[in-house]
Amino acid sequence: MAESNFWVDYILPLLLIVGYIAAIILPLLLIVALVTYGERKIWAAMQYRKGPNVVGPFGLFQPLADGLKMMLKETIIPAGANRVLFILAPMILFTLGLIGWAVIPFNSVMVLADINVGILYLFAVSSLGVYGIIIAGWASNSKYGFLGAMRSAAQMVSYEVSIGFVLVTVLLAAGSLNLRDIVEAQKGLWFFIPLAPMFVIYFISALAETNRTPFDLPEAEGELVGGYQVEYSSMTWVLFMLGEYANIVLLSGLCVVLFLGGWLPPFHVEPFTWIPDVVWFLAKTAFVIFVFTWVKATLPRYRYDQLMRLGWKVFLPASLAWVVITAGAMHLFGWMPQ
Amino acid sequence: MSETRIKNMTINLGPQHPAAHGVLRLVLEMDGEVVERVDPHIGLLHRGTEKLIEHKTYLQAVPYFDRLDYVVPMNQEHAFALAVERLLGIEAPLRAQYIRVLYSEIGRISNHLLNICVMILDVGAFTPYFWGFEEREIIMEFYERASGARMHAAYFRPGGVASDLPPDLLRDIGEWNKRFPKVIDDIEGLITENRVFKQRTVDIGSTSPAEAFDWGFSGPMLRATGVAWDLRRNQPYEVYDELEFSIPVGTTGDGYERYLVRMAEMRESVKIIDQCLARLPDGPVKVVDNKISPPSRSQMKNSMEALIHHFKLYTEGYHVPAGETYAAVEAPKGEFGVYLVSDGSNKPYRCKIRSPGFAHLQALEYVSRNRMLADVVVNIASMDIVFGEIDR
Repeated sequence: MAESNFWVDYILPLLLIVGYIAAIILPLLLIVALVTYGERKIWAAMQYRKGPNVVGPFGLFQPLADGLKMMLKETIIPAGANRVLFILAPMILFTLGLIGWAVIPFNSVMVLADINVGILYLFAVSSLGVYGIIIAGWASNSKYGFLGAMRSAAQMVSYEVSIGFVLVTVLLAAGSLNLRDIVEAQKGLWFFIPLAPMFVIYFISALAETNRTPFDLPEAEGELVGGYQVEYSSMTWVLFMLGEYANIVLLSGLCVVLFLGGWLPPFHVEPFTWIPDVVWFLAKTAFVIFVFTWVKATLPRYRYDQLMRLGWKVFLPASLAWVVITAGAMHLFGWMPQ
Repeated sequence: MSETRIKNMTINLGPQHPAAHGVLRLVLEMDGEVVERVDPHIGLLHRGTEKLIEHKTYLQAVPYFDRLDYVVPMNQEHAFALAVERLLGIEAPLRAQYIRVLYSEIGRISNHLLNICVMILDVGAFTPYFWGFEEREIIMEFYERASGARMHAAYFRPGGVASDLPPDLLRDIGEWNKRFPKVIDDIEGLITENRVFKQRTVDIGSTSPAEAFDWGFSGPMLRATGVAWDLRRNQPYEVYDELEFSIPVGTTGDGYERYLVRMAEMRESVKIIDQCLARLPDGPVKVVDNKISPPSRSQMKNSMEALIHHFKLYTEGYHVPAGETYAAVEAPKGEFGVYLVSDGSNKPYRCKIRSPGFAHLQALEYVSRNRMLADVVVNIASMDIVFGEIDR
């Protein structure tokens, strides 16, 4: 009797969860591969080029070919490197890029962990990302890697703060830390309209958080030649790239959840409601990723001190002020959610 | 307890570094992100060009100039050709002079495109790079159609140019020249007023005119400080005094002004190319004297004398009267000069090359000290350094 209980109570849910995880992670990795492909195609179109067009139809298999190539390369571990940490760092970054997805709601029912502190969980996960980079820069025992890691640590910590305040305004407006509830709260009006400045700050901070142009100083091709990744090769490097792109997709997804109404269609009228809500979610995420790509193709890179100034002297006061304004206005006009 | 001593980090930037523009090796002493000392190490591309030229006939020396600043091969040949012509006391025919000016200006566009695009790339934006290189590819084709080689042209020779231009080339250059300003507009639209680009380049590497003179700046580096010094205007050679163009100048001499000056110079070059195409006269493209320029193939088949000339020219070469001269051209990077000493034999006694990049590079520490690492990269890029000419 007790035995059957054990199977039903523990093993079955475990298998179910493993199944759910696989159902999220496998398509996610596919999407990451497609994002790298799409990104290259978009850049190519902006630069009068063709982009990948040889491997497979329209070059669609290029990410697979790249992956295979990287797998066949030799993993080089520098002589002075701390072997354990050196290998561990990319794994940390990659894992963190994936586990954030546990709380993202794809539609009103499809969410792996419908926990009531989803936003805090995501905040914690994205804060941990900096460890992967610091460990990588430190463990490779290279000056370039070290400089990159220092830049990255400073940058991610600075922008974390303003992202924190952005999240506070969103949960003030939604009245919940649960991501599903946040989306439901946007039924009438997506948050990017009433919280427009916060939307902008969130997007820019997300660029900084993922080390993308114009905040790609940690890797700064022209200065640090890859920064913390400079000593990495083969699959360790692939894990960095996958982690980075998974992070971009994650922050784009979060952007959709927080500001662009998640899986909700833009209007609750006939032709829009026919489209499944998962498709809405994915389409909006794809749009945000496109903007990421677009920004990278257009903007130069900030210098270290300029980046810090922007983070601490512009975004932090602005987001702090907006928290006060939002809270004050909601209290004054009685807009507080129940 | 013993006192902790903090030592600055020394970092080795280059010689294999994407922002080093060749084989520049910088030893940087860093206090965090701030650079306290910049120590350029040169010589990694030293090939002994000047010494090699002493053992080659005057004609054989020409290709060495392609390999100096390999971004603009023909502009360098130009200085050598002018120097040899001065010693020989000859002048290239008018058509050759126009062709030389035409290709010098095409080279100027090619150089500035490369420099601007690479500078933007070093600052972090990578799209204009592809736009610029699309055009450079076309320029390379023009080189190839005139000389047979995309880079190492050996086209400007003492006494004229190697051969006449093929028939359709001028039409194609004209068409490209009409279309090209659009590309400059595109790059300007994306970059010139870009906040991030301005924050990265304004006030970075600025010098006063006096400092620019002290460090031996020339070309866009000097003009960006506000000094309107351009050899094409101040010491006209070839047909530059007959052409209309203006000399763009800056005010502060920082990285941004250098960028602006180069952009404006490309537009001026477009004008010069237009004028050259319109005015290009008919006639020979090298001096008719077969003691200096080789006879044509058909002449050699029919004339004993022509055959002897050909043989003598390509074995012994021509003898240049004893004397010395300094010929300088306004190369895209600055004043490129050749100081040539002849002892009356068929080989130069001494050939000293004055490359603009060498003078610019020595100011790198001065403009980069106590700046940030990212500024060093901007300074290297805006100085337009090519190692072929610095190391020679």
